[in-house]
Amino acid sequence: MLISLAWSSLCSRKKSVILTFLSLLISISVLISVEHIRQQAKTSFNRTISGADLIVGAPSGQLNLLLYSVFRMGDPTSNIDYQSYEMLKNDQQVAWVIPISLGDSHRGFRVLGTNGDYFTHYQFGDKKSLEFTAGKPFAGMFDTVIGADVAKTLGYQVGDEIVVAHGIGHTSFSHHDHSPFVISGILKPTGTPVDKSVHVTLPAIEAIHLPPSQLAKILDGGGEESVQPDSVTAVILGLKTKFATFKLQRDLNNYQADRLMAVLPGVALAELWQMMGTVENVLRVISVLVLLSSLFGLSTMLLASMNERKGEIAVLRTLGAGPSVIFGLVLLEALMLVVIAIASAISLVSGALALFSDELAAHYGLFLSANLLSWETLQIAVIIALASIITSVIPAFEAYKKALQSRLSA
Amino acid sequence: MKVVNTDESVHSVESAHSATSGDSMISGDSATNGKNADSIKHNAPLAINLQSVRYSYGTSSSETVLDIPHWQLAQGERVFLHGDSGSGKTTLLNLLSGILTPTQGSIELLGQPFSVLSARRRDAFRARHIGVVFQQFNLVPYLSVLKNIQLANYFAAKRDRQIEESASALLAKLNLPVNVMHKAANTLSVGQQQRVAIARALINQPELLLVDEPTSALDASARDAFMDILLNMCENAGASLVFVSHDMSLQRFFSTSIDMPSLCQGKGNAAC
Repeated sequence: MLISLAWSSLCSRKKSVILTFLSLLISISVLISVEHIRQQAKTSFNRTISGADLIVGAPSGQLNLLLYSVFRMGDPTSNIDYQSYEMLKNDQQVAWVIPISLGDSHRGFRVLGTNGDYFTHYQFGDKKSLEFTAGKPFAGMFDTVIGADVAKTLGYQVGDEIVVAHGIGHTSFSHHDHSPFVISGILKPTGTPVDKSVHVTLPAIEAIHLPPSQLAKILDGGGEESVQPDSVTAVILGLKTKFATFKLQRDLNNYQADRLMAVLPGVALAELWQMMGTVENVLRVISVLVLLSSLFGLSTMLLASMNERKGEIAVLRTLGAGPSVIFGLVLLEALMLVVIAIASAISLVSGALALFSDELAAHYGLFLSANLLSWETLQIAVIIALASIITSVIPAFEAYKKALQSRLSA
Repeated sequence: MKVVNTDESVHSVESAHSATSGDSMISGDSATNGKNADSIKHNAPLAINLQSVRYSYGTSSSETVLDIPHWQLAQGERVFLHGDSGSGKTTLLNLLSGILTPTQGSIELLGQPFSVLSARRRDAFRARHIGVVFQQFNLVPYLSVLKNIQLANYFAAKRDRQIEESASALLAKLNLPVNVMHKAANTLSVGQQQRVAIARALINQPELLLVDEPTSALDASARDAFMDILLNMCENAGASLVFVSHDMSLQRFFSTSIDMPSLCQGKGNAAC
């Protein structure tokens, strides 16, 4: 009965109630989205690479190595010897290796030098391997495999010839004009930085940095064996048994023939989250403040309605409703409004995520689940409800006082 | 001392007695027909029993707005209480309904101590045993007529399962069309609202009905119809009625009428 009464009371003040509801809806949506994206971003980052046990590169920070080798963020500091790659490849404990050579770009997209192992061993998400929409992996030296985004943005198709430039800007001063790369394959979308990469062979990377005369000789045919890479940027490797991970990491860090650093992707990611923590907290604080302001708006709306509800309160008093019932009624109204706002916010954010998940995956590499019904969301909902009760105590107490002072024939 | 009295009344006003005179239990001894009064008194307990009730806003006696040494009303009796504005009528109703408590003295309702109860229990008592009809604004405006009536039932904690049937029966007796049940109260005419207010006041079959200027917003014909219905319903329900108005023309509907000042301690009390 009280619930029905509270509901009718809210309905009788539609305009102000709807405005308050919208303000609550927006602020709760912001809070829920921030929390959801915060958690999902981690999942999304974590799924960029899977199955890899170690990433080996030149000594710098472990986060730095992870960012440039896997996320294509920032620039590699220096390279490691090609012999080191071969040493890893031949190690008894190692199951597979993927060499990576970075530093060049094609119209804003990073160029990644590697070999055929990349397409067989690289895994993302729940141990998914790369698949081709069209074409096939490298066959010849200048064959190129492009990510889904590259193909979509630049409108490339299998068989197109492209030019690769040194450096990573759109406009690079040293265009490698005489190197006709041919697109041999296009990868399926993965929602990882792979989509934004242009993959070429390691010898090709070497070749475009040769003097023009030598390059011309190679293009004219023959001498392909002469371009042997002497370095790679990083090596991603998987082990036959996980137990060997730490031992191999230690061995590599103490390797005498080359200066190497091996990092565990998971540990490096953890370091990333630690750094992101501050930004996350700022976002959370802002969204909590926005929520607080709309809860105060709710409180203000209820308080402002108290004068016009004097008569109504008097009627309820006459019927035998005690001041505490009136107090509870106002709290109930606030709580109902907030609960509806929470439910609407959850469906709104879910709907928006379902609608824009492709966009987000394509532009930000964020793979967000549209399913918000998690334990964390429930916790947030409960906290919001409690906060709304606390802020609504002010108008409820006002109603309580009104009820106490209420007289017959008011 | 002024008593407008007729044969069946046991009502009495004894303003001459002081609050401590000790004869407060005796009523109807001087001004009424003793035999009738005694028989009614024995058969029906008192609906209202006021003993040296005084109400003042402040602590000083100059702020006293009501001072009733002694007043009783038998159950089933209907009384017209009149007086000018400021004569303390509304204060008396507030005291009788338990919204206010007397500064001094005691109020018994239906043979039970009332003014000494806690606020919560007074509220519960009011919900269960007292029906109230005001001048206007009797209903929660945004609720339907049925919801308004159900609300009264809800607070009385009676949980009447046939509430809808009882309500429609009451509304039919009040000459209200059936289709008003699900209309919002504020879409009804004032006359209809007042009749719905009676239905709401009577839904819990209260022993006591307090009515305050219910007809002031009605025109003459609506007023007479309203009065007939009210008294009729009241008689059928066997409820005691305290009807408060400054409109002396309504006196003809009642066998008993009391002048407010005569109820009060007259001398030296400007407020009363």
